[in-house]
Amino acid sequence: MAINFDKAFGIHDKALLLFERRTQLLSENIANADTPGYKARDIDFDKVLQNAQGGAQGQSLKLQATHKGHIDSSLQAFADEVQYRKVEQSAADGNTVDVQKEKAAFAENSMRYQTTMQILSRRISGLKNAFRGE
Amino acid sequence: MSVFKVFDVAGSGMSAQMLRLNTVASNLANAETVAGSEQAVYKARHPVFESVLNEVGQQDEMATVKVSGIIEQQTAAIPHYRPSHPLANAEGYVYSPDIDAVTEMANMISASRSYQNNVEVLSTVKELMLRTLQLGQG
Repeated sequence: MAINFDKAFGIHDKALLLFERRTQLLSENIANADTPGYKARDIDFDKVLQNAQGGAQGQSLKLQATHKGHIDSSLQAFADEVQYRKVEQSAADGNTVDVQKEKAAFAENSMRYQTTMQILSRRISGLKNAFRGE
Repeated sequence: MSVFKVFDVAGSGMSAQMLRLNTVASNLANAETVAGSEQAVYKARHPVFESVLNEVGQQDEMATVKVSGIIEQQTAAIPHYRPSHPLANAEGYVYSPDIDAVTEMANMISASRSYQNNVEVLSTVKELMLRTLQLGQG
């Protein structure tokens, strides 16, 4: 039985890319909390997960590489999933950032990131054990 | 690595909020300064924030904060009748700026909270990155 890194890491290494992108978006929202006219943006985690599981839009987690030289970049990934937040209470200056919500989302996102890191770390130590044969 | 951009984003937010704190400090410090004419009186300053979408790739961008300018408050100065004041004009009036200390204080608290939020983002991201670097070492 060959050791397959893709199988060992499963969806988790790709999930890290999603959390990374989301970290950036949420930090933008928090930084622009006082900017007039700024519209908060986010990625719908469940939707991306559904797409990934459905397999119909597998490219949402990874750019389709049509050439060997293509490098999968987290910069361009999830561009389609980035959406403006729905406004519940708009500010007079057109800003749609709800700092409390953004902070909660940021905390949740970093917890998810750390969870995924933990899982990956365990998988790697599992593989290491397999290599050593102890 | 897009995660490095978070430092730019949060950094721009921090510098914008710091400038806002500076204007608040300037306004509060000059709240009681008087001048001999309506034109010479200090005018309260307020920064105008603007978000800058930096297009890196075709689809990717990052929204940093920029202070697009500082406006001077255009409210009339408040005249005070103080004939003995060395700066008083011919009619015996000195003018003080129309600065509401309470508004400025509220502004200060809002700016410092926003600054703290950005610092929190930075430290969280830094921690996550350090953990990522240690992946597989445990």
